[in-house]
Amino acid sequence: MTTRIDVRFAELKKQGRSAFITFLMAGDPDIDTSLAIIKALPKAGADIIEIGMPFTDPMADGPAIQASGLRALKAGMTLKKTLAMVRAFREADAATPIVLMGYYNPIYIYGVDRFLADAKSAGVDGLIVVDLPPEEDSELCLPAMKAGLNFIRLATPTTDDKRLPAVLANTSGFVYYVSITGITGSASAETGAVSEAVARIKRHTRLPVCVGFGIRTPEAARAVAETSDGAVVGTALVDALRGSLDAEGRATAKTVGAVADLVASLAQGVRGAKQAAE
Amino acid sequence: MNPSLPNSFRSGPDETGHFGIFGGRFVAETLMPLILDLEKAYALAKADPAFQAEMNGYLRDYVGRPSPLYLAERLTEHLGGAKIYLKREELNHTGSHKVNNVLGQIMVARRMGKKRIIAETGAGQHGVATATLCARFGLECLVYMGAVDVARQAPNVFRMEMLGAKVIPVQSGTRTLKDAMNEALRDWVTNVHNTYYCIGTVAGPHPYPAMVRDFQSVIGVETRAQMQEAEGRLPDSLIACIGGGSNAMGLFHPFLDDPGVEIFGVEAAGHGLTQLHAASIAGGRPGVLHGNRTYLLMDDDGQIQDAHSISAGLDYPGIGPEHSWLYEQGRVTYLSATDDEALAAFQLLSRLEGIIPALESAHAIAKVTELAPKRPKDHLMVVNLSGRGDKDIPQVADILRGKKS
Repeated sequence: MTTRIDVRFAELKKQGRSAFITFLMAGDPDIDTSLAIIKALPKAGADIIEIGMPFTDPMADGPAIQASGLRALKAGMTLKKTLAMVRAFREADAATPIVLMGYYNPIYIYGVDRFLADAKSAGVDGLIVVDLPPEEDSELCLPAMKAGLNFIRLATPTTDDKRLPAVLANTSGFVYYVSITGITGSASAETGAVSEAVARIKRHTRLPVCVGFGIRTPEAARAVAETSDGAVVGTALVDALRGSLDAEGRATAKTVGAVADLVASLAQGVRGAKQAAE
Repeated sequence: MNPSLPNSFRSGPDETGHFGIFGGRFVAETLMPLILDLEKAYALAKADPAFQAEMNGYLRDYVGRPSPLYLAERLTEHLGGAKIYLKREELNHTGSHKVNNVLGQIMVARRMGKKRIIAETGAGQHGVATATLCARFGLECLVYMGAVDVARQAPNVFRMEMLGAKVIPVQSGTRTLKDAMNEALRDWVTNVHNTYYCIGTVAGPHPYPAMVRDFQSVIGVETRAQMQEAEGRLPDSLIACIGGGSNAMGLFHPFLDDPGVEIFGVEAAGHGLTQLHAASIAGGRPGVLHGNRTYLLMDDDGQIQDAHSISAGLDYPGIGPEHSWLYEQGRVTYLSATDDEALAAFQLLSRLEGIIPALESAHAIAKVTELAPKRPKDHLMVVNLSGRGDKDIPQVADILRGKKS
């Protein structure tokens, strides 16, 4: 099975650079603006797009992404509409990989088999589900692999060498290294520690290793890109989006541009990185 | 008995932490190694006679156990049916059953070398118990409490602060117990290396539901022995209120394999089951939240819904996974009591027995007033009086004054 994610990393390897991965919540601040933002991302420099599936109780997220999810839910976002949004994006873009990220309950309630079939046909390439560790692989990870979707696992500073093989066993697409113990939007990790951790994971897998949590500036994105196969930015983009809203939390004429501009400058940072040592 | 039923209702969970399809370990990877460590540490402690002996010593001399099994003569006479016994958990140090679990977990945390303890609390009873034992053992204590609950349970907030704990009002989401639990999980993910999360009920990722149940089972174990002594036989029925369900599980578990014992759990029906309530089994369906699969209140998109109960301790949109399993097995019958029924029971027990129950426990009393009159006079009914109502006096006074005006 080859997904758009595999193809994209192969292309980037040929170009000799790391990936820039963006995260935004589906439906924030409203469904139309959210689609417009996502459509603008590839041109602004996003290599892979992560789309959050809003959930009322995001236990691993900080205040910015919690608020983003609540704005989306208030705007009427549902998992069904998130899939429709991916379908709409795919009409104009057949190449940019889409990864859905979120929590298990909405998927479980949608129905795992139906969700996987609908996600695949909508043009989703991979899933990141925060509250499904390898111990629960039979729930979604194994069925997702069968359905032809990548199941991208998070590795963390607490994932030691003994545990890494279990975490990597059914992971595909790429490995998402969470560089700190904490929630999204917290402090960033020290570059030395990150490159050490990436090297440690690479001793166990041939998959690309991307790094997220705490990356806010082009310089930070560049530093991470130099020591890994990709940099993931979420909270900084969500903050830029929120900063463009009016007092009632509604989109303004600036909203799409505010996110796209930040994506462009972060992408420049990633593209300016020296090629990661193999 | 139905041949498809298990040989025992007391053997769960399996080694992956499941009670049937319920339970499990639905947590972020950052927490997984810790949960596995805790599982190991608890298994070792459980098998260690020194741990049990030390715990029993504190249960006797610090908590004040065993708690009495008290024949409520005037309530019995008033209802005119079953003979009603109260299991007096409200007489424990700190005023509720919560301390049984906290003592056990703090002893496990000490064995694991953890110096920083975090907890979530709804009514504040679990927070007070945690603050108390942290004071006793010189541990740092942070309690997450929904901002709404901070306002309606002011006496307990002051108690926790008096005991040296830091109470953090949670402003996210619906600002009640579920959000306090989210925030505690966020703290734990961040401070994973030095922190122990002391969960207050039989929910969360494995091993918490089983571990908390084990620590609370002292309630049922004592009840068996006390009823034998008082009446020379087992009780005919058991009743307890259920938020997450720890006081209920503690009373029920030692009796699950006695088919002659009818068992009733009472959920909070709030304004009524067709309106805002907190009855996960009556009004919910299986889903995944806070580390386990269990019955939850949610909408068609899998978004968790706001719970409502007059009692902050029952104001939670879920229930412990073992209860969900016992419900589906048909071993325990789950009923519900509304805010108004609980308020009436609160006043009834106060006036008839001179015991002011917690609003949580008043939900169980409310169903006793329906069930007891239909039972014969030789029927032995045990109700878990899980906590005392001192903390609820200001809130109840406001409500009753409001009703009069």
